[in-house]
Amino acid sequence: MSLPRRACVCLAVGGLGGVGTPVLHAMAPPPDGRIHVTYWEKWTQFEERAIRAVIAEFERSQDRIAIDYLPVGLIDRKTIVATAGGDPPDIAGLWAPQVAAFADAGALESLDPYIEHDGLTPAQWLARYEPVYASICEHNGHVFAGISTPLVMTLHWNRTMFRAAGLDPDRPPRTLAEFNAYCRLLTKRDPRTGEILQMGFLPQEPGWWPGIFLRWFGGELWDAHGVTLAKDPHNLAAMEWVAGFTRDNGGPDAINTFAAGFGGMTSAQNPFYTGKIAMVFQGVWLNNYIRQYKPGLDFGVGPWPEAVPGVKDFAMVESDVLVIPRGAKHAAAAWEFIKFVNSHNPNARTRAELQGGELLCFMQEKNSPMRQWSPFFTEHHPHPYIKEFRTLAASPHAAFLGEVGIFPEYNRELATAFDRVRLLMATPGQALADAQARLDVAWARYRRSLERHGLLPQEMMAPATP
Amino acid sequence: MTPRERRQLFTGLGFTSLWIVGLGLFTGYPVLASLYYSFCDYSILTSPVWCGTENYRQLVHDDLFWKSLYNTLFYAGLSVPLGTVVALGLALLLHADVRGKPFFRTLFYLPSIVPVVASALLWLWLLNGQFGLINVALRPILALVGLEPPLWLADPAWAKPALVLMSLWGTGNAMIIYLAGLQNVPRELYEAAAIDGASGWRRFWHITLPMISPVVYFNVVISLVGALQVFTQAFIMSSGAGGGAAGGTDGNPARATLFYTLNLFSTAFYDLRMGYASAMAYVLFVIIASLTWLATRLSRKHLNYAS
Repeated sequence: MSLPRRACVCLAVGGLGGVGTPVLHAMAPPPDGRIHVTYWEKWTQFEERAIRAVIAEFERSQDRIAIDYLPVGLIDRKTIVATAGGDPPDIAGLWAPQVAAFADAGALESLDPYIEHDGLTPAQWLARYEPVYASICEHNGHVFAGISTPLVMTLHWNRTMFRAAGLDPDRPPRTLAEFNAYCRLLTKRDPRTGEILQMGFLPQEPGWWPGIFLRWFGGELWDAHGVTLAKDPHNLAAMEWVAGFTRDNGGPDAINTFAAGFGGMTSAQNPFYTGKIAMVFQGVWLNNYIRQYKPGLDFGVGPWPEAVPGVKDFAMVESDVLVIPRGAKHAAAAWEFIKFVNSHNPNARTRAELQGGELLCFMQEKNSPMRQWSPFFTEHHPHPYIKEFRTLAASPHAAFLGEVGIFPEYNRELATAFDRVRLLMATPGQALADAQARLDVAWARYRRSLERHGLLPQEMMAPATP
Repeated sequence: MTPRERRQLFTGLGFTSLWIVGLGLFTGYPVLASLYYSFCDYSILTSPVWCGTENYRQLVHDDLFWKSLYNTLFYAGLSVPLGTVVALGLALLLHADVRGKPFFRTLFYLPSIVPVVASALLWLWLLNGQFGLINVALRPILALVGLEPPLWLADPAWAKPALVLMSLWGTGNAMIIYLAGLQNVPRELYEAAAIDGASGWRRFWHITLPMISPVVYFNVVISLVGALQVFTQAFIMSSGAGGGAAGGTDGNPARATLFYTLNLFSTAFYDLRMGYASAMAYVLFVIIASLTWLATRLSRKHLNYAS
């Protein structure tokens, strides 16, 4: 064999070997004889430590299944690509608003058969959760997800700033009128330049879910006939309220100048930590970050003020979820782990007796999504205000936004409308009408696409029910 | 073909076979597949269903498509000429006979090798309306005429110019190419012009520019292609605009920085409309190819390959 030809053969064999070795390695049975479930999750640091503790607990509880945990950045996009390529993880840790789109596309395993195999009906399974979390797990009449860790967003206020403004630090605003009055009292300007030094509240902080103000005002984002963004007068009222903050505080430039130095939640420059903003609507996780970036901050947690007469317990709820992507190789084993994370020991009286989801939520300092909490979880939870979160999660007015498959698009339209309103670039009516026009097209297109693929469920047949 | 040539051909093919297979699998196939998907209703998670020209017809009526195209052309229209002037200016300065030339060349080139993500995060602070170095420098100057510096990324009117300003940070590559071009201009041309009494400007206009015109053409085309595909800066910085308020990937504030590729990315990976995004990609391909062809046509008479 001539040298070049030998070189070519060596290259080809080497190339094939390079590709083939990992493939063969992946196909080899694991040495411990257990089924290895691949689990992709977004968490790192203390959140990862918590889920790893739960995994260890699960692996101790039985000898058949092992969990291979992999922290993955951009988990939603990677799960999409892996699922499309036919090689998804057995479990993916997604966000609740993605369940609808994934389920509509037939990309998630329904958990109904597994629940029924365990001797429960889906309704009985869901009845263990607070209703709002049950609605997150379910889509079009089927269970597609289990909760990993839930969140409740509610009012956080800086008690030191309340005292300085002559307000009772133990009495948060109870109505929208009070909230607005508190905002005025807590806003300070430089007497010489008029520059804003601190504000009671700023709608764009943190600005992650602009749609929540609409729901707080009693608005609906969709109904049985489609998108209702510009049709519901409550939505318009909410956006008028948002615009009011800019108008009453010197216009967009004054607000933007004030907000220019703000850092995010994981930054010491966060305006709530630095005392630039006195009240924020934030999640149950905030206590963790306060302890890290502003230890000793004197803050309180309470319900959203009453924006709709009679609704004293409004809250926004969301969650991280566990799903089994279509094509998962160990779906039944994956279900065993999801079931474990979505269960707990109701009689736990010591930390060692905490199990499943309660152990995870305890270590991540979040509330439990379950109706029933164990005595230890209730009484020894590290979050000083956990009872507030429990009360609000159980509220009939707890709202979850992402129930429709076009929610990512919807949320971006909301964010743009919110920006245009707060920057006084458009009237609230115009901003909502523009978003509504685009979303009407998007919703019709989405339904047409599902129909084209033979995926339009009975529930979405005319009249359209998002 | 002689047996020896054939042997050489097969040897060459053998050595390049892995690359050819890679090119076919990882570039050729996706390019052709995305062309097919552009005529399909395809969400990545479902099988593609043929829908003819529907995606292209929808593009015409999609105001976000036009908005993102306008934003991108605005950005390219500012950043390409400005970048060309700055890069050529720096190259001319570095071509001059000054002490410490290697140091300055390194200094001006360094920003180009900083990863875009790192430089975007750096520029987020440089462009901060209240504490940013740029506004700290501008504030006393503008105060003389009673003006305030812009809030850059937080202001829809200034967000795109802010990104243009940032793009000048990366002109090092073009600068090096201009420098190479300048070094190829025969010195005797300058000497002859100097004897004839030509000023510095005239020497630049009548000698330097014509002699480096192919380099200018090359750099302009490459810059144009890059500017029309601007993504990373906007992706990172639009989320950071507004003082850390998260806004996803829709070109904060109020879609002022919703560039074409950003819109394409959101359409594909958030809205799961890969077919439509593929159509957008092919429209962008046609736009880039057309503008490149136009640049070639317009510059044909002005290019000088004598050097």
